[in-house]
Amino acid sequence: MITFDAVSYAYPRSAPVFEDFSWQVRRGERWAVIGPSGCGKSTLLSLLAGLFFPTRGQVCIDGQPLTRPRPRSGLIIQEFGLLPWATVRQNAALGQRIRQFYGPDGTHAPAALLPGEGDVDAWLQRLGLSALAKRYPAQLSGGQRQRTALARTLALRPDLLLMDEPFSALDAPTRESLQALSLDLCTEQDLTLVVVTHAIEEAAALGEKILLLPHPPNHEGVLFDNPGARQKTYRETAEYQSVCRQLRQALGVE
Amino acid sequence: MRARSLLSALAVLLLLWALAARLVNLPLLPDPWTVALTLVSETFYGGLPLHFLASLWRVTDGTLLSILLAAPAGLALGQYRRVNQFFSPLIYILYPIPKVVFVPIVFLFLGIGDLAKIVIIFLILFFQVLVLVRDQAASLRPELIQSVRSLGAGRRALFWFVYIPASLPGVFTALRQSIGTAVAVLYITELFATQQGLGYYIYLNGSTLMNYPAMYAGVVAMSLLGLGLYFSVDLLERWLTPWAAQQHVSDL
Repeated sequence: MITFDAVSYAYPRSAPVFEDFSWQVRRGERWAVIGPSGCGKSTLLSLLAGLFFPTRGQVCIDGQPLTRPRPRSGLIIQEFGLLPWATVRQNAALGQRIRQFYGPDGTHAPAALLPGEGDVDAWLQRLGLSALAKRYPAQLSGGQRQRTALARTLALRPDLLLMDEPFSALDAPTRESLQALSLDLCTEQDLTLVVVTHAIEEAAALGEKILLLPHPPNHEGVLFDNPGARQKTYRETAEYQSVCRQLRQALGVE
Repeated sequence: MRARSLLSALAVLLLLWALAARLVNLPLLPDPWTVALTLVSETFYGGLPLHFLASLWRVTDGTLLSILLAAPAGLALGQYRRVNQFFSPLIYILYPIPKVVFVPIVFLFLGIGDLAKIVIIFLILFFQVLVLVRDQAASLRPELIQSVRSLGAGRRALFWFVYIPASLPGVFTALRQSIGTAVAVLYITELFATQQGLGYYIYLNGSTLMNYPAMYAGVVAMSLLGLGLYFSVDLLERWLTPWAAQQHVSDL
C-alpha cells in the first residue's frame, strides 16, 4: 500500500534525514516506527501524510505519488490538533465540513461519498464523548482530547491511520486504554496503521512490525517482526518482554 | 451583566441629573424630562436622525475599513516571522502615537469631507486590530495547521475554518477597547467645517443657536451612539466567539 522508493529528504541548510531510503507497508499491516529524538521518525510521518515532500525519490500510496494530503489517510498528532474555539462536536465534524466545503472533488475529499461517512454522532457515542459534545478542548482531559481527534479522523472513513506520538502526553492508564482502543478500531475498520513513538513499550505493544530509525541519515531502518502484537494480553507474555529487550539493545538504552 | 442592574444604574444617573438641574436652576442645565421631550421632537420634526446617521455611517465605515485591512495584515504578520521582523519596528513606533494628532494632517491632505473623518477613525482602530490579531495569529500552532491540512483543507478552507475564527477574538477585543476613542475623535472631527453629524449638531445648538435642550439631546444621541456600538460589539462577540466570551464577563 505504501512505498518509499529511494527517498531522500533534507531540511533546508541541514544534513539529510533520509538518503535513498526505501520501505514498504502492505495493506492491513500495523507498523510502529521508533527511534531517538531527531532520528527522522516524525519527518517520515509528515512525508506519509503528504505534508512534506521528498527532495529525491517518491512516496507512493496505492501506486499514486503523494502531492498533497490524501483524503483517505487520517492523521493523529500528539497535541494541539483540535481547534481551541470549537466544541467536541464541532471538532469531530470538522473533516466533514471541509469535505462539504470542497465537495467530492477527488483532491481535497474522496471523489465519491464513502459508505458511513460523516456519522459524527455515532463516533462520539462509540468513543464515549456524547456527554462532552458541547465542551471545548480546554475543558477536556488529554485522553478525551485524543478521543475527539480519533472521532474526527474516523468519521472520514480512512483506510490508513497515521499517528505521531499520539499518547505521549497521557498518564499511563489512559495511555494503555487508548492503545487498546486504537488496536480495536484498526481491526473493526480495517485500517492500516503507522504509529510513530519514542516509547519502547508502545512500539512493542502496537506494532506487529517495527521500524527502528537509529540516526540520520537513514538509508534503511532496522526491522523487527512482532506478530504477537495482535493478541489482547500480549503485554503479559515473555515474547513481548523479549521484543522490548531487543529494542532497548538496538537503541543502546542498556 | 443583568438588564435589571443596567436599568437601575440608568435610573440613578437620571435622578442625579434631575437633582443637579433643580439645584443649578439655569437654562445651561435643563432637566432630563425637558431633554427627553426635545430629543423626541428633534427626532420626529428636526434634523437629529440625519446627523445621527451621518455619524453612524462614518464610524461604521472607518471600523469596517480598519477590520478589512488590519485583520488580514495581522494574520500575515503573525504567520510569517520574516514579514513580522521587517514590520515590527515600524509598528512599535507608530502604535503608541495618539492618532488624534493626525487630525490636522489628514484634513490637510484629504480635505474636510467624509473621507477624512473615516480615515481618522480607521487610523485609530487599524493599529489596535493589527497588533491584537497579529499576536493571536502568532499563537496559532503549526501542529494545528498541519492537522487541519491533513483533513483535506487547502488554503481556502484553512482561511474559513482556522484563520477567520482565530482572528475574531482579536478583532473584538480591539473594538471593545477602541470604539469609545473612535467616537470621541469622531466628535472632534465633526466640529470642523461640516454641516452633518452629531458633533456639528451639538456645537451648533450649544454655541450658535443657544438651544440648550437641543444641545443636550445631541449629547444624549452621541452617548447612545457610543453605547449602541459598544453593545453591538459585545453582542456580536458573544454570538460569534462563544468560546472567548466567558473570559470577558468580569471585564466590564
